[in-house]
Amino acid sequence: MNKELRRISIASLAMFVALFVSTSVIQVFEVDELRADPRNVRTLYESYSAERGPILLNGTPIAQSVAVDTPFAFLRQYPEPAVYAPVTGYFTLNQGNTGVEGAYNDFLTGTANEQFLDQLGALVTGQRPRGAAVQLTIDPVVQQEAYDALGNLKGAVVAIEPSTGRILAMVSTPSFDPNRLAAHDTESVLAAYDELLADPNDPLVNRTISGDLYFPGSTFKVLVAAAAFDSGRFTPEDAFPNPARLALPLSTDTITNSNGGTCGSEATVTIATALRLSCNIPFAELGVALGEDTLAEYTEAFGFGTTFEVPMEATPSSFPTGLDDAQLMLSSFGQYDVRVTPLQVALISAAIANGGNLMQPTLLDRIIAPDLSIVEQPEATLSSQPISRITAETMTQLMVDGVANGAASNARIEGVAVAGKTGTAENGDDAPYTLWFTGFAPADNPQVAIAVVVEDGGGRGQSGSGNQIAAPIAKRVLEAVLSR
Amino acid sequence: MNSTEPGASRVGGTVDLGPPRPTLTEAITIKLRTPAKLRNLELLLLVFAIGITGAAVVLVQLGAIGEIDTTVLIYGAGLGMLALGMHVVLRITAPDADPFILPIVVTLNGLGVAMIYRLDLAEGLAGWESAGIRQMVWTAIAMAIALAVLLVVRNHRVLARYRYVAMLVGIGLLLLPMLPGIGQTINGARLWIQLGPFSFQPGEIGKIALAVFFAGYLVTARESLSMVGRSFLGMRFPRGKDLGPILIVWLAAMAVLVFQRDLGTSLLYFGLFLVMIYVATSRLSWVLLGLGLFVSGALIASQTLSYVNARFAAWLGAFDPENYDAIGGSYQLVQGLFGLANGGLIGTGLGQGRPNIVPLAESDFIIASLGEELGLVGLFAILGLYLLFVARGFRIGFNGTDDFGRLLAVGLAFVIALQVFVVIGGVTRVIPLTGLTTPFLAAGGSSLVANWIIAALLLRLSDTVRHQPRLVVTDDE
Repeated sequence: MNKELRRISIASLAMFVALFVSTSVIQVFEVDELRADPRNVRTLYESYSAERGPILLNGTPIAQSVAVDTPFAFLRQYPEPAVYAPVTGYFTLNQGNTGVEGAYNDFLTGTANEQFLDQLGALVTGQRPRGAAVQLTIDPVVQQEAYDALGNLKGAVVAIEPSTGRILAMVSTPSFDPNRLAAHDTESVLAAYDELLADPNDPLVNRTISGDLYFPGSTFKVLVAAAAFDSGRFTPEDAFPNPARLALPLSTDTITNSNGGTCGSEATVTIATALRLSCNIPFAELGVALGEDTLAEYTEAFGFGTTFEVPMEATPSSFPTGLDDAQLMLSSFGQYDVRVTPLQVALISAAIANGGNLMQPTLLDRIIAPDLSIVEQPEATLSSQPISRITAETMTQLMVDGVANGAASNARIEGVAVAGKTGTAENGDDAPYTLWFTGFAPADNPQVAIAVVVEDGGGRGQSGSGNQIAAPIAKRVLEAVLSR
Repeated sequence: MNSTEPGASRVGGTVDLGPPRPTLTEAITIKLRTPAKLRNLELLLLVFAIGITGAAVVLVQLGAIGEIDTTVLIYGAGLGMLALGMHVVLRITAPDADPFILPIVVTLNGLGVAMIYRLDLAEGLAGWESAGIRQMVWTAIAMAIALAVLLVVRNHRVLARYRYVAMLVGIGLLLLPMLPGIGQTINGARLWIQLGPFSFQPGEIGKIALAVFFAGYLVTARESLSMVGRSFLGMRFPRGKDLGPILIVWLAAMAVLVFQRDLGTSLLYFGLFLVMIYVATSRLSWVLLGLGLFVSGALIASQTLSYVNARFAAWLGAFDPENYDAIGGSYQLVQGLFGLANGGLIGTGLGQGRPNIVPLAESDFIIASLGEELGLVGLFAILGLYLLFVARGFRIGFNGTDDFGRLLAVGLAFVIALQVFVVIGGVTRVIPLTGLTTPFLAAGGSSLVANWIIAALLLRLSDTVRHQPRLVVTDDE
């Protein structure tokens, strides 16, 4: 009997071992997966009951949780909703979070792995866990100026510190009021959400990093010229034929310069002049001479195709492939199928401003735990080196010339060398233009690189230009940075 | 043995027998009669168990409502007194009983009450509406019945005489829910009867009756069941005419599966029988035969009975949206897993989690509730308590003197082990989910009463083990 009993004992022990293993697997190894399941409402409830950390600019909250007497304990508040909505995004009880609220949700709720010890401490002391504060790189003065400068226009501004990649301003208009979505009344939240979603002006879209993307227009010539010089095959003084019209191969269509005539009065025109006056035909010729492969290589080096996480994921900009000569010509001045985010355009200027070194763009200054210890503080990191220092210096001179003596005249600032390039992108036969400015200042010691985009021709249909509408906005933002 | 009694009073007699020597019985009594040590250990552990329960209730109150409500603590203190009363009865009627069983049971029962009370607080239930209050009342009833069992059953061998009564009672209780009128279907399983305001799960008591019957029957029938038969594949298989009992039990298990629609109960009864027949006859062929019968029956059921099929689908594809959204699908299982994950290694702390999200968090899924708030650490402690309880039961099987007592102890201990495995294994996806209750923890009167009776019987059986002089113990192998 004892032999059988021993076997039964072993079998019973095996049953218990199975339970020890199964509970361990669930409570240790599958925890992250189970917590991330969208059907897990506990994760949701946790995010209410913990005091969500604030989003700060130099210690001043642009999103904060205040105690209220509802079952959800805390209400999310945005003191300057419209100015910062593209940055903060919105926080809702159960309709998802966007922007920094979404991207740093784990830290803000205090459930990030980095905060495990704090959670343990809170458990021991019996305190409700509190989320960490997320401090951003945004400069409130610059952000406000950019928002004001855009005014009622539909568009976006991105300003970046070239040497670090820190984003100083990220404005997208029209904006929205995230307070309406953070309310605790689900019905009114859903109504507000549906209303914002149905708005044809897409206020929920952060135009700087997502949305439908834009044709870069003439701002793309900066990248094409940089590629031409950096490849070693061309210098700024290399010249191309200068007709008033250029027939597209295998087509009846022709390309013209924006002034309708030739680019200057000579029979040939240098790349330097073409960039300063922003002529299309010479760049079409240059693009074909460079070839698709070279342009693809340089666009990629400048960040096209990369999903930048700032920490929100930016839609990758794209340069088309498999081009025939006509398509390559159009692409060379930022038309056909070149699609960019304003962030990408700002990064091209930032890389030139930083001696050819493209820094990883970021909104994050630091993450601060409730006990004021620093959870995370990213250092400036190099993203890529698209062009050499010498090419960068050449481009800087040409872009300074473009503002001082060329097509980007409205970005001039008294006593400061501003480097810049305008763009006026076409969106089809009758559609209003997309107006651009990108550049940086001061040219000899760049503190800020910028991209400004204005949709719908700034209300002027096909009669507005980048220099008229976008350059003055950029000027105001650049001045705001320089007068800090 | 080395009695130092001078025996001077006897020297005055007419016959001088020399220095008085204790008889063998006296000597053994002297050596083995040290119950005070065992009972003192039990008392120490019991005080500890009551302390843990009280602390758990206080933590629940602080965690869930932020203040201490003394009325519940006073009820709890009453139950603690009852447990101490049981200890006193043990001191008198079963001084050599196992000192671990009562403290283990009190701890588990107390943790269960604390968790059920905690869920009441989350749901805002109070008074008789509160499952926690009801569970406390049932605990008192169960302890009283266990006390009665201890007082009435002074010698467990008496039970062997009533084996056929036990059989009738066991089968009767098993089939009772199938009677129209009082039978009641809850969550698809027809395991309950409704009498006035009370619903009761008669199968819980039935398992004890059947364990008594199996032990009594097998002790007498073991010779014919183990000696004869023909050899096949190097194993001795029973004769056709000896197959009767196993077929009857198998049919009963299948009837439970088909008509009462519960795989777990069916598995519990059949597993109990297989283990007891194996221990009684030493023949593995019985186990293989029985497992073959049961597995084929269950497989056919899984193909033909939609509810078994659905349970299997919910088990294997718990996270598939079609199973998750199905009525009677895996929603409860998955929510239980979310709760366990929320607890993680150390738990949220009592009163700090959200176990009430899971349907039936106080009964079928109490282990998920405890796992959420006490964490893996807490679950390991609970599993450890069960394991110790089962081991103490098996210990009686190893050391007992009479085969009926040994078989009964093994059967009762194994029933607890199997039930824990089926329930917690179901919640943690080791096996498909079934309708059994977690012994001592889950809300439910019948389950509490039945398991307290098991505890009382094991206490009684363990007392006889220690009561026997070891010198006389002969191993039958």
